[in-house]
Amino acid sequence: MTGTIFNIPFLAVAALVGIALYIIISQRNLIKLVMGITILESGVNLFLITLGYRAAGIAPIYTNAPEGVMVLPVPQALTLTSIVIGVATTALMLSMIMLTYRHTGDIDSEKSRRMKG
Amino acid sequence: MHTLVAHSAILIIAIPLLAAFLTPLISRVSKKARDILVIATLVFVEFLVIILAKDIYLNGIHIYTLGASSPSLTIPEHYMVPVRIILEVDAMSIFMGIISATVSLAATIYSISFMKEETGGDRFYTLLLLLVVGMLGLEFTGDMFNMFVFLEILSISGAALAAFRTRFADALEGGFKYIVISAVGALVILFAIGIFYSQYNLLNIAALAQAMQYTMLDKIALALLAMAFTMKLAGVPMHMWAPDTYSVAPAGTTPMIYIASQACLYGLFRTCFTLYGVTLNTATIGWIVIIIGVLSMFVGVTMAVHQSDVKRLMAYHAISQSGYMLLGVGVGLAVLGNPEALASYGREAMSGGIFHIINNALYKGLLFLTAEALFFRLGTRDLNKMGGMCRNMKYTSIFFIIGALAISGIPPFNGFTSKLMIYESVYRFNPILSVIAMLVSIITLASFTKAFQAAFTGPALPQYKDVKEVPKPMLIGMGILTIIIIFFSLFPGLIVNSIVNPATDALINQATYINAVMGGL
Repeated sequence: MTGTIFNIPFLAVAALVGIALYIIISQRNLIKLVMGITILESGVNLFLITLGYRAAGIAPIYTNAPEGVMVLPVPQALTLTSIVIGVATTALMLSMIMLTYRHTGDIDSEKSRRMKG
Repeated sequence: MHTLVAHSAILIIAIPLLAAFLTPLISRVSKKARDILVIATLVFVEFLVIILAKDIYLNGIHIYTLGASSPSLTIPEHYMVPVRIILEVDAMSIFMGIISATVSLAATIYSISFMKEETGGDRFYTLLLLLVVGMLGLEFTGDMFNMFVFLEILSISGAALAAFRTRFADALEGGFKYIVISAVGALVILFAIGIFYSQYNLLNIAALAQAMQYTMLDKIALALLAMAFTMKLAGVPMHMWAPDTYSVAPAGTTPMIYIASQACLYGLFRTCFTLYGVTLNTATIGWIVIIIGVLSMFVGVTMAVHQSDVKRLMAYHAISQSGYMLLGVGVGLAVLGNPEALASYGREAMSGGIFHIINNALYKGLLFLTAEALFFRLGTRDLNKMGGMCRNMKYTSIFFIIGALAISGIPPFNGFTSKLMIYESVYRFNPILSVIAMLVSIITLASFTKAFQAAFTGPALPQYKDVKEVPKPMLIGMGILTIIIIFFSLFPGLIVNSIVNPATDALINQATYINAVMGGL
């Protein structure tokens, strides 16, 4: 890791996670809430990918590989799994919002919460 | 038989996973065959869990390395660290496995007659089996990333089940809250896993525990993991989703979503005791766990008292009961670095907390099932609209009484045994905590007296004159749990010595867990 340029992705991770947490806590619109969760997911995925990066590294494919440093394959596998899971979660959340909208005609979390503890 | 034991850890996860996707195919042929397949799968899983448990109590920790030439070959040749996915089942994991398998079996039998009156049964059973896979996988895995994957399986299937009755707006709301909490929690856990990987290039729990330096980054990771698991197990102050989700989940799925939360409790204990162990400042972390426990106990029960919805009432009691487990195990964690205090009361407090997990899963599961039986027959969860049900539903009211007495800690029921263990040992740690725990127990009794009086006693209401007892499968499901509760009540010493104490020791002895994978490197 030479130079500060490699820290830029980490700053992006911090920004994404911070923005996402702010959205999740502050927004009442359910669609925006889901957007917040998706941004959080992107932030975490970027974090994993950045961890595995090595300066001037090449893709970790052994067939006909040129000489040089390879980036770490494990974080990439983790990210791939995480993306697949994220798609399932997002799809489920969006379909639930769709059905809620059919019931209440609204996607504002304050108005749809009719039952209070 | 020997081969079956050797491969049982992976079979316990793989068989329900396979069956989950077989059910929609089988149901094209016959609905009855599908029901039989689901029940047979869970019976077989229960059988495997029991033979695996027997093997673990005899021979110690069970290791299963996926993809290796031999299941016990954890570290491949020419490597210094484990690189394959490893399932590591110790006494604590199998203890949680027994709970999950047993309650799931009872809850699924209960669900069969319920699903005859609903559409979409195929999807219901697929999700149900996936939830079982998620729970058992989370409990058996020895790998952080795998833990995240199983947590997501558990969350997605649990949320879909909670929102299963999409014709009710509140069901969707409960499901949505669950998936939001789970998605955020799981991503936070993934972030913590990233922090571990950045420092140690490891994902295996045992290898991480051995390499643990307890740097600043590790402290951040601990805070993230603890927060995410507390959110998932509905500890106060992150309990808001639990009443909404538990009260709307259909049929037998409420106890299952509840024990899925207990699996997250296991995740918290595994993180604190095995991953960090004595390297962390156990007194501080222990006190944090104790405070969350006491808050959950107290806030849960005070919110429960004024509920008129029978399932919301029980959901708040579920939060309150989780507090006892956190209190008991938290005291153990607080004195982990002090062998004298650990031997004199810490270990007993932990045993009490861990024993309370299984007791609570049984009677809380039973109570959720009786509440759903009332809803099944009356079509309402409002206690003010019920009354006189002990005439119409004799067995259900008996089951309710047994569950209510057990949760209130009335001797000789099993809830009393574990609560007594917690009271006695916590008293020696800090008397005030013990007094709060007893007070909460009394309020619990008051609340359940109210619920019983409202639903089952009183004059027969004309609109419910023709209400019949629930169908047989539901009674069998509740009966299984009742029989186990009575057995646990009659022989508490046997249970504590044979399954609870090994689980406590498994949590305390971090080195055994590490050596099972690392081979004392």
